[in-house]
Amino acid sequence: MIDFLKRHRFMVARRLTQGGLLALYVAGSVYGWTVLQGNLSSSLVFGVIPLADPFALMQIFATGAWVASSALLGAVIIVLFYGLVGGRGFCAWVCPMNLVTDLANFLRRILLLDKTERKVWLGRSVRYWLLGLALVLSFATGVGAFEMVSPIGILHRGIIFGFGMGFAAVLSIFLFDLFALKNGWCGHVCPLGAFYALLGRFSFVRVIHHQPNCTLCMKCKDICPEKPVLEIVGKRSGAITMGECINCGRCVEVCEDDALSFGVRRYIHQNQQE
Amino acid sequence: MSNQTKRTITERRKFLSLMAQSVGLSALGGMVWTGYLVEAKAAPLLLRPPGARAEADFLKLCIRCGQCVAACPYDTLMLATPGTQKPLGTPYFIPRDTPCYMCVDIPCMPVCPTGALSEEGISVIEKGEKQWAIEKARMGLAVVDMESCIAYWGIQCDACYRACPVMDSAIKLEYRRNERTGKHAYLIPVVSSDACTGCGLCERACVTEKPAIFVRPHALAQGDVGKHYIKGWDAKDVQRVEHLEGLETTVTNRSKLSPQQYLNEGGLLDD
Repeated sequence: MIDFLKRHRFMVARRLTQGGLLALYVAGSVYGWTVLQGNLSSSLVFGVIPLADPFALMQIFATGAWVASSALLGAVIIVLFYGLVGGRGFCAWVCPMNLVTDLANFLRRILLLDKTERKVWLGRSVRYWLLGLALVLSFATGVGAFEMVSPIGILHRGIIFGFGMGFAAVLSIFLFDLFALKNGWCGHVCPLGAFYALLGRFSFVRVIHHQPNCTLCMKCKDICPEKPVLEIVGKRSGAITMGECINCGRCVEVCEDDALSFGVRRYIHQNQQE
Repeated sequence: MSNQTKRTITERRKFLSLMAQSVGLSALGGMVWTGYLVEAKAAPLLLRPPGARAEADFLKLCIRCGQCVAACPYDTLMLATPGTQKPLGTPYFIPRDTPCYMCVDIPCMPVCPTGALSEEGISVIEKGEKQWAIEKARMGLAVVDMESCIAYWGIQCDACYRACPVMDSAIKLEYRRNERTGKHAYLIPVVSSDACTGCGLCERACVTEKPAIFVRPHALAQGDVGKHYIKGWDAKDVQRVEHLEGLETTVTNRSKLSPQQYLNEGGLLDD
């Protein structure tokens, strides 16, 4: 048990964070707790601190509208946090869709669906095209384009305010990830993930690779939902710098050789990192 | 020979064709997406919370956070869910189920982080201080269907009139003689668009199976006269016309002459 917890420490921490945040949001809506009110689009913490989804705001700006100051401040807080600290951590630690896609991924592994799958047919850059498209369409139609279809919004609002037919959208993402494409939604399609990948590109908290310890067992690459970010593994020491890394820590957990760990990226004296 | 027929795939060619593919696919996806967006935002039958900006601006600004929904003490507001053919995640209410009770402190409005619900229009400056004025809200307009309203049958019913929070100004009762009985009066509910807030308490109170008085967004509930009809008995309305552009009198060969000229100097007989 202790061993299991150690090997899944970040997973447990992530589930607690995701679940805890959801519980606080639900309590905010149902019981009127003031810890966390609203949803991932925009929230109020302790009734004082605003938070807002900067990508949603960008879409609003693209429609030609200008938001009130509290949403603006909320977005700045989020941008600063993920830009400086969290990287693309939103995807692994906060987004509720991660629970759905991780479940699909888990089932893929135990059902050995990975082994029988066809070649990848959707590039990982699709999400960046969709990100751009969302802004262009927001401008063209005068309504936040991704917000109108976002399955993340549907899921998060669904949990807090009720689903309607929204479960179908979530189910289709689950089935897509399970049968159609490994890490299909988060790894290839989601423009919000793409946004956080761009935003968190230079953030400080990173997975650090210590090459001398690496035995090239490739367990980290098996488990990583954003495989390309681990390209330096076994080759050279350093921080995982690609923005696509969601800081989930799965690679750190599965590594039995202490070659991977969380750390703070150093911009100065980078060559002394080894 | 083979070198001439078989083109080399250069990096540049790869890059350009990849770009062309991506742009092509984006255009395809974009068209489908646009089609959906235009359809979805055209859903016109929604009543928005008090303070909501005009529908087009509201749809731009609403970030779908549900804070107005959570703030509403009567659970009036709902967020649109998939399958209801309403713009996803935006707040609305159905008056027959739960109307807006017009709280004087308007709890739903100030929590809106983006300004999609704004104090503009539902606040007044009184003694130098800004105060909420919920009665200035214009969420929609109540419409009476005369055929299913039993007051029009001569049955005494003033349910909507009594339910109205701005009684005697948003809904007035008009008395008319009931010719059929010869000794009774009709008590006819008449809605004034100047005062109706669109809260829907009348719709909720209506006794008919499907309400005979119902609230609709202004765009649906109101007609538009156009500029060229003039209330000749209203000095202001006559003034309005004097400064109006785009109103033109059609001039034909006949109308160039004054009527007197036209009658006396020919035209009539010549035709």
